[in-house]
Amino acid sequence: MVDVLERPATLAEPPHEAHGPTGLLKWLTTTDHKVIGLSYTVTAVIMMVIGGALAEIIRAQLASPNGTLVSLAQFNELFTMHGSVMIYLFAGPFAFGALANIIVPIQIGAPDMAFPRLNALSYWLYLTGAITMLSGFFTAGGAANFGWVGYAPLSNSLNTPGAGADLWIGGLLLTGFSAIFTGVNLVATIFYLRAPGMTMFRMPIFTWNLLVTAILILLAFPVLTAGLIMLYADRHFGTHIFSVAGGGVPVLWQHIFWFWGHPEVYILALPFFGMVTEIIAVFSRKPVFGYKGMVFATISIAALSLGVWAHHMFTTGVVLLPFFSMMSLLIAVPTGIKIFNWIGTMWRGEIWFSTAMLMALGFLVTFLIGGLTGIYLASPPLDFFTHDTYFVVAHFHSVVMALVLAGMAGLYYWGPKFTGYLLNETIGKVQFWFLFVGTQVFTLPLYLLGLRGMPRRMAVYPHDPQWQFLNDLSSVGAILIGVSTLLFVANLVVSWKRYPAGDNPWDGQTLEWFTTSPPPHHNFYRLPPIRSERPTWDHNHPDHRALPHGHRVEAPE
Amino acid sequence: MRVEARFLLSLGLFFGIVGLIYWLWSGEDAGGVMLGAAMLLGFLPGGYYYYWSRRMRPRPEDDPQATTASGSGVVGAFPGSSIWPFTLGMGAFFTVLALVFGIWLLVPGLGLVTWALFGGVAESRRGGGV
Repeated sequence: MVDVLERPATLAEPPHEAHGPTGLLKWLTTTDHKVIGLSYTVTAVIMMVIGGALAEIIRAQLASPNGTLVSLAQFNELFTMHGSVMIYLFAGPFAFGALANIIVPIQIGAPDMAFPRLNALSYWLYLTGAITMLSGFFTAGGAANFGWVGYAPLSNSLNTPGAGADLWIGGLLLTGFSAIFTGVNLVATIFYLRAPGMTMFRMPIFTWNLLVTAILILLAFPVLTAGLIMLYADRHFGTHIFSVAGGGVPVLWQHIFWFWGHPEVYILALPFFGMVTEIIAVFSRKPVFGYKGMVFATISIAALSLGVWAHHMFTTGVVLLPFFSMMSLLIAVPTGIKIFNWIGTMWRGEIWFSTAMLMALGFLVTFLIGGLTGIYLASPPLDFFTHDTYFVVAHFHSVVMALVLAGMAGLYYWGPKFTGYLLNETIGKVQFWFLFVGTQVFTLPLYLLGLRGMPRRMAVYPHDPQWQFLNDLSSVGAILIGVSTLLFVANLVVSWKRYPAGDNPWDGQTLEWFTTSPPPHHNFYRLPPIRSERPTWDHNHPDHRALPHGHRVEAPE
Repeated sequence: MRVEARFLLSLGLFFGIVGLIYWLWSGEDAGGVMLGAAMLLGFLPGGYYYYWSRRMRPRPEDDPQATTASGSGVVGAFPGSSIWPFTLGMGAFFTVLALVFGIWLLVPGLGLVTWALFGGVAESRRGGGV
């Protein structure tokens, strides 16, 4: 069944409701971006719980110097699959699969994604990719165990035989294609399905960030896919692309992997930057400070991110240090602009400390710690000193945990829009403090551990009181984070269909807050005139409306 | 359409300049090729959009003064539901599993992929372009 849609005019008749299959068949056959987005959300949150459980086992093992909870081989599987699940199966799909799918079409006034069936295919490839990668645990040789970066020649068939590594490659191929198709869909949707008056520079920052993310996906993911095919060929078809013995170049894998891998950091981060931008503006009761600055900062970060891959390879000794150091340091400039603009948005705002806002503020602090330590690592002399130590682990866990805080902010902020119900704010705030404090207790000792020389990926370590104390402290942080996850699950149960949200519970500014909660089939019964980047605010607060040339008038007191 | 074109062309130009500097300075081929490919991925769609932006009138979504009425008409044809994405996804799943567990899995894998491709095309012909 195909719906030929006309644009909903102001006060038009409501479009007809969804039709077709129901129950399980509805889920299997749906092409509705909201249902697909919800499927992504549920799957990604399950992946977060699995990845988190693996992390808890890792921290339990490291709580004592000669931990015996798992074997050395199992520990290798644990850190490999923890990283793989969190990066490939949770953070990315949650950002550009889940929330982007649900929110972007509604933010721009579109009835659906441009290619609904391709969108559904993306989800099925993601789900089957996740199942493929995780099924390695059930094979005789266990799951992949060469680290989430799959470095050659460690990942060749001689050093890592068995089905687990092949399932890792296969799962990554499927999820990679899923990401590429989602990227195509997002670009086409944003370029072709915007509502009348929604010019590019009136798009919400979240949508802008997703557009840039989608383009980064299209630039980076095909490189990884090609690399994975080469790796598989080396493992099974007798090629020697990454093998010195056959005339190949192992470091080529690192070039290929990190040409995808560093943009991937921003593929993960930019959607969350967008979420935080929206949330800070709404809960400060102000427009985004420096809208165009934010847009150009996002584009600059994305462009620079493709030229910094080899800062992960400083210690190989075969990369151009000044070029990659300079490019990496440059990223701090647009990122700093973003942080300045977030603070500018809050400045003299009427701040509402909701759970979403607290999570966004927690993101800001945690991301700042992770970002500043990233500047150290962009300097080759400092990187040589800390490479492959817990300092690097601490740096990227600060960044990733900041994104988890931002993701939680997004769930508390947009959850009511796509479920129709609010989450309990009291439990949410308790969850925030567990998550925020837990994150710092978990990551900050790891910086010191790294500076005191502890290498990463070790299942056991020498008995050193300082190392053990810092490891214990970090494990306590991991427990606090685990408690925060349980509180979130408890909140879902307690709040289940209990607190009706209404259409616009936060007095939101962008178009998704103009439609019903949850939105109807094909999203809108009517559209407001779009004359600024916050049309719903303009409609609901005519006395605060933006003037055409961008200046704003405030209501007289 | 012009903003979209400028956005993509600017990215292509940036990657071209950075790629050239990198390749001349480092002499390393892999990175040079990948940055060159990134440049093309900016220029190809950017050039397409630029070509059309000079030959068509601004769309309602490009017009800051557009009203909802000015964008009235058919937006597109959207499938209400379809089994073919699921079928294609399962076909891809079995095809990838064939790389690990045995070539025989290509039979259901490629079978489902072929079935889904024909089914999807037939569905589009029956119901309109999607």
